[in-house]
Amino acid sequence: MIEVKGLKKAFGENDVLNGIDTVINKGEKVVVIGPSGSGKSTFLRCLNRLETPTGGSVVFEGTDITNLPEKQLNKIREKMGMVFQHFHLFPHLTIRKNLTLAPVKLKLMTKEEADKRADEMLKKVGLFDKADSYPDMLSGGQKQRIAIARALVMRPDVMLFDEPTSALDPEMVGEVLALMKQLAEEGMTMVVVTHEMGFAREVASRVIFIDEGVIAEENTPEEFFGNPKSPRLKEFLSKVL
Amino acid sequence: MDSFLDKLYDTFIFEDRWKYLVNGLKTTLIITVFAVMIGMVLGFLVAIIRATHDRTGRFKIMNLICKLYLTVIRGTPVMVQLLIIYYVIFASVRIDKVFVGILAFGINSGAYVAEIVRSGIMSIDKGQFEAGASLGLNYSKTMKHIILPQAFKNVLPALANECIVLLKETSVAGYIALEDLTKGGDIIRSITYEPFLPLLAVAIVYLVIVVGLSALVGKLERRLKKSDRG
Repeated sequence: MIEVKGLKKAFGENDVLNGIDTVINKGEKVVVIGPSGSGKSTFLRCLNRLETPTGGSVVFEGTDITNLPEKQLNKIREKMGMVFQHFHLFPHLTIRKNLTLAPVKLKLMTKEEADKRADEMLKKVGLFDKADSYPDMLSGGQKQRIAIARALVMRPDVMLFDEPTSALDPEMVGEVLALMKQLAEEGMTMVVVTHEMGFAREVASRVIFIDEGVIAEENTPEEFFGNPKSPRLKEFLSKVL
Repeated sequence: MDSFLDKLYDTFIFEDRWKYLVNGLKTTLIITVFAVMIGMVLGFLVAIIRATHDRTGRFKIMNLICKLYLTVIRGTPVMVQLLIIYYVIFASVRIDKVFVGILAFGINSGAYVAEIVRSGIMSIDKGQFEAGASLGLNYSKTMKHIILPQAFKNVLPALANECIVLLKETSVAGYIALEDLTKGGDIIRSITYEPFLPLLAVAIVYLVIVVGLSALVGKLERRLKKSDRG
């Protein structure tokens, strides 16, 4: 589904990604971990080209998006849901409008279809009663569940999560992870950048360790956590577990 | 007391002199309303071009033109601009003075509106652009449906203030012999040689409009605040 070849990204003089190669297949749940500043978020943001790579390529469902013109890129992005650390809900719109804005303005659905789809997704994330509220009236955990619902309304083929629980109070992390786990069980293809090792162990089909801009190790969660090979990963795991 | 009533009669009633004020007020309001419209359209356009250039690098030449416009308009007094537009640009054309006033004050206000709106756009978190992009919305749709409504709300008090300033600034329109509210009061003064009452009346009319406008904006702000309840 997503093929990444020799992906490089530099911000000015600062090399963040130094050649990443990996393939993400349909139905996989890939969890990306690594020390802060290792480039894991940048890697994720290159997948839907919120960051433009400075080298290598990203191919999504057969289309090379690395140099794709904006118009076609936007069509690709419709198929890639993204959830941000800081939610980025639209504060001036009700929850329902947050969910329906994109499908309606992109003419993918009529307003009625979008409203119906939004209500379904709000029920799925357990926040149907908040449909007419505004984002600032919700807790962090609720906001993130709405952000997930907003991405799901678009019927994406893959969901990208950029540290979805890092900005949450501890007691709200659980509800978001539970929802992500539910999505995983339903067969959604997911790429998740996170510090939640428990989630990685439980849900991931594969765990990737990014360090200094390269994939230092990738494996099934059992092998990854049970039998880490590289010294850097051993050191990292000893700090976080 | 009698002499005061006499003065009052002389200033406003005799020979229908109050009409100078009413007609002047009409002209002032017409100039203000249309100048605000021109200013808003021009200001939003310039702000969007400038903000888009700063964020994406597009519109290089347009951005330069906008910068020149802002520098010239904000660097010279509105009265000088009004005089130049009337006596230089439209020197050889017979043209309605009210139209000249609308144009001059509109172009002037646009520069201030542009900087207000641009600051509003810049105040919106970059994440809002990214959220729009991640949903497949292009730059202009993101701007229109996500960024501008929030930016507009943030700068509404400043924009309203700009309208109020504009209303008061039109009082220099008399310099091209435009009979606005201020000029109306001044004409009465020149007829009666009694400055206090007509000028006080003029001041009160401006004050009432400004206070009314401020109250209206306060109401609108409270309505927009609905989405901010914590």
